[in-house]
Amino acid sequence: MRAFVAGLGFAARRLIQAALVMFAILLIAFAVRSALGDPLREIMGEAVPEAERAELRHKLGLDAPWPVQLARYLGGAVQGDFGTSTIYKRPTLEIILAKFPASFELVLGASLIVFVLSLPAGIYCAVRPRALGARLILGVSVLGISIPVFLTGIFLITIFAVWLGWLPAFGRGETIRLGPWETGLLTGDGLRHLILPALTLSSIMLPLFIRLVRSAMLDELGHDYVRTAEAKGASPLRVWLSHTLRNALLPLAAIGGLQMGTLIAYTLLTETVFQWPGMGFLFLEAVTRADIPLITTYLVFVGLLFVVTNTLVDTVSLLLDPRIGLEGMR
Amino acid sequence: MSTGALRKSTSPLRSLAASHPGVIIAASVLGAIALAVAFAPLIAPQDPFDLKSFDVLDAGMPPSWLEGSDKRFLLGTDAQGRDLWSAILYGTRISLMVGIFAVAIQAAIGVPLGLLAGYAGGRVDAVVTRAADVQLSLSTLMMAIIALALFRAALGGESLGRFAVPLLVVVIGIAEWPHFARTARAATQVEAAKDYVRAARALGAGTFGLMWRHILPNIASPLIVIAAMQMAGAIIAEAALSFLGLGMPVTKPSLGTLIRSGYDLMFAGAWWITVIPGLVLIGLLVSVNALGDALRDALDPRRRAG
Repeated sequence: MRAFVAGLGFAARRLIQAALVMFAILLIAFAVRSALGDPLREIMGEAVPEAERAELRHKLGLDAPWPVQLARYLGGAVQGDFGTSTIYKRPTLEIILAKFPASFELVLGASLIVFVLSLPAGIYCAVRPRALGARLILGVSVLGISIPVFLTGIFLITIFAVWLGWLPAFGRGETIRLGPWETGLLTGDGLRHLILPALTLSSIMLPLFIRLVRSAMLDELGHDYVRTAEAKGASPLRVWLSHTLRNALLPLAAIGGLQMGTLIAYTLLTETVFQWPGMGFLFLEAVTRADIPLITTYLVFVGLLFVVTNTLVDTVSLLLDPRIGLEGMR
Repeated sequence: MSTGALRKSTSPLRSLAASHPGVIIAASVLGAIALAVAFAPLIAPQDPFDLKSFDVLDAGMPPSWLEGSDKRFLLGTDAQGRDLWSAILYGTRISLMVGIFAVAIQAAIGVPLGLLAGYAGGRVDAVVTRAADVQLSLSTLMMAIIALALFRAALGGESLGRFAVPLLVVVIGIAEWPHFARTARAATQVEAAKDYVRAARALGAGTFGLMWRHILPNIASPLIVIAAMQMAGAIIAEAALSFLGLGMPVTKPSLGTLIRSGYDLMFAGAWWITVIPGLVLIGLLVSVNALGDALRDALDPRRRAG
C-alpha cells in the first residue's frame, strides 16, 4: 500500500515534469516564430506601403509587447490554435493531424515486423548462442546497423520496384476514410504500398531489438525460477515463452518507448525516400518553403509525442514493477 | 627513440598488430580511402565543385563498362554532368572531414567533463551525468534535423549551403558528447583509485595537471574505441542530413547529397548516380565500424584472447 501511494506520488511528479517540458517547448516554438516568422509578409506580400503595414500590425496585435504576445500564443496553443500555414492557408494543427495517420500506420507496420521477427530471433540467439544461425543473425544485424536507413530503402526500391516490379515504390496507394482517420490498411493496394517502407523502417530497429531480446533472455535464463520450472518438467518452449519472456518483456517495452525521438527521425527519413505523405514529409516541405508556423507546430507536436511516451513508459514500468525505481523516483 | 629500444619493449602497436590482424586490415582499408581522399585534387580528373569544369550536356552518362558511355567518365556522370568518380572522391572527403571534426568537438566537450565528473565526484558528477542523460534521451538525429531545419528556414537554402560544413560539424559535435563523457568518467573513476595517482598527488601535482598528465594517458584506449564508433555515427548523420536536403548543397555534394540528387533520376534508369555513392558510403561505414570493433577487442583487457 505504501509503495502504491509512493507510486502515485511519483506519477504526479512525472506529470508536473512533463508539463514543464511542454512549456519549455512552447517557449522555444514561440521564440522561433517571433524571430523568423513575419505574419505580415505572409498575409500581404512585400509590396505594401509601410503605413498600411503598421495599421494591420496594430490590428493583429503584433505591435504589442512580447509578454502579451506570448500569453496570446500560449492561450491559443491550449485551445489547439497554433496559427495558419503559409503554404496551405489552413490551421497548422489541422494539417499535421491530417498527416498523422500515414506516419502512424507506417510506424505500426514497422513495429509489427520488429515484434514478429525480433522475438523468435532474439530467443533463438539466447538459448542457442553457439549455433551457426545465431551467429549469422547477429552478424547480419551488425551489418544492418552499418547501413543508413535511407540506403536500405533505396536498395529495396531498386530490387523490388525497379528490377522485379513486384511492389510499388512511392506513396500510400488507395486509402479509405474512417471519419477523420484516413487509413491505407483496409485496401490491398494500401497494404502493398506499406510493405517496402515498413520493412525499411524496421531494418533500423530490428538489430537493436534482437540484441535486447537476447540479452534480456540471457539475464532471465540464469535465474532460479527457470531451473525450478525445468526441474518440474515444463517443456523448454513453455519455459522460454511463458516464464522467461514475460519477465523480459517489460524492460524491452521501456527501452522501446524511450527510443521515440530516434524513431521519429528515422520515420522522417523513410517518408522522404518513399514520398510517404506523413508528418515528416510534410515537415521537410515546410522547411523547404520556410513555412514557419507549420514548422513550429510540428516541433510542438513531436515534442508532445516525445513527452507523452516518456512519461507513460516511466509511470507504467514503475506501477507494473515495484522493484524498480524506488530510489530513482526523486 | 631508437629501434633497439622499440624491439626490447614490446610496443603496444606491435603486439596489437600481431594478435589482431583485423585491426591491420580495417586500418589499411581506411588508410587507402584517406590517402585517395587526401590526394583527391591530383587523382580526380576534374574539380566537381567548380561549376565551369563540367557541362550539363554530359549529364546522366553511364559508367564506362556500360553501353553508351564516354571514356572520359570512369563511373559515368551525375544529373549536372559532373564526373561521378571525381564527385565521389571529393564527397568522401567531405564525409570524412565532417566525421573527424565532429568527433573532435564531441571529444573536446565530453572528455574534460567526463574527467572532471569521474575525478571530482559528488555534485559535479551528478550534474554532468544528469546532463548527459538528458542530452542522450533527445535523439541526436532528430535534434540535428531540427537545428538545421531552423537554420535553413532562417538563412534560406543558399546561405545554408555556404555554411553547411561548419554547421554540420558543430551540430553533430554538440549532440553526441555524452558518449565520450560517460566513457571518460567511468575510466577515470577506476584510475583515480590507483596508487600512481595517489603518489602523484603526494608529490604535489595539481588537480588539473594530475587529470591531464597522469589520468588522461591511462584512459586513452577506451576513448580511442569510442572515437572510432562515434566517427561512424557522425558520417551516417552527415549523409542522412544531406540526403534530406539539410546538409551539403548540390553545388558541393557529399556522398549523401550525391545519393539524393541521383535518386530523382533512378527511375529514368540512371541507377549509378545513387547506387555507386551508396556502396562507397557503406564501404566507408563498414570499415570504420570494423576498425572500432577490432580496436575494442584488442584494447579491452577483458576481451583480450588467452
